Amino acid sequence: MTISTDKEETIYVIRLEGELDASSSIQLDTTLQGALSAKEQLILVDCEQLHYISSAGLGVFMSYLQDFNLEGTRMVLCRMSDKVKGVFSVLGLDSLISIVSEKEEAKKQLLA
Amino acid sequence: MRWMIEKLNIGCSTENLKEIRRFVHHTLSKLSLPDHDIDMMVLAVDEICANRIIHSNQNDNSRKIEILIEDFSDGVSFNISDQGIFYDPTGRKDPSLEQLVQEKRKGGIGLMLVKKIMDSIEVKYENPTTTFKLYKRISKQA
Repeated sequence: MTISTDKEETIYVIRLEGELDASSSIQLDTTLQGALSAKEQLILVDCEQLHYISSAGLGVFMSYLQDFNLEGTRMVLCRMSDKVKGVFSVLGLDSLISIVSEKEEAKKQLLA
Repeated sequence: MRWMIEKLNIGCSTENLKEIRRFVHHTLSKLSLPDHDIDMMVLAVDEICANRIIHSNQNDNSRKIEILIEDFSDGVSFNISDQGIFYDPTGRKDPSLEQLVQEKRKGGIGLMLVKKIMDSIEVKYENPTTTFKLYKRISKQA
């Protein structure tokens, strides 16, 4: 699992590459914790190269929703494969987390 | 009637989850199943193995976990066995999504996924072995 981060104007971009499971989810946890500590307000998670996610990865996203909400931070996930999106939808997590198809759409939603 | 049986015995390390997923995917790929069904079963096995490896075997690679896949005429069974601490989470009440968000829990949804994906989950303990038996009914593609 490789995670890279970047700032595109006011948006904090997190790129996920590889497989997000019980072994690698700690990396995402550290990255989101860093974004929270840095008081990032707009977070875009680019999932184009994310090939797998298990509950460990879902759990990390879920565990930050409350804090992001309190801090006024908005997070949008984009460019997810059908396979990964299918895992979010098994439990209906796609209704709690904003997921869009394209990166431009995600940026638009964050900047709206 | 049983058509096929495949087995993997591997160390209890989360580093091995990738290999476990590869094994399950490779085995199920031989059965002409829809990709979505294969992906979901790979996920379910990964969830049980991750749980057993971390919570019952302390991520100790010297301990072993075994995954046995059997193909039946109406479905596929997965027997996941190890000799770690016995724990049967199947009777536990599932938390609501709101609870998970409020309590900032990172764990707790793995078994919920498995319950949604599989048709049955049974846990058996025969000293010193714990076995999770998962079954998925499937109508096979021609």
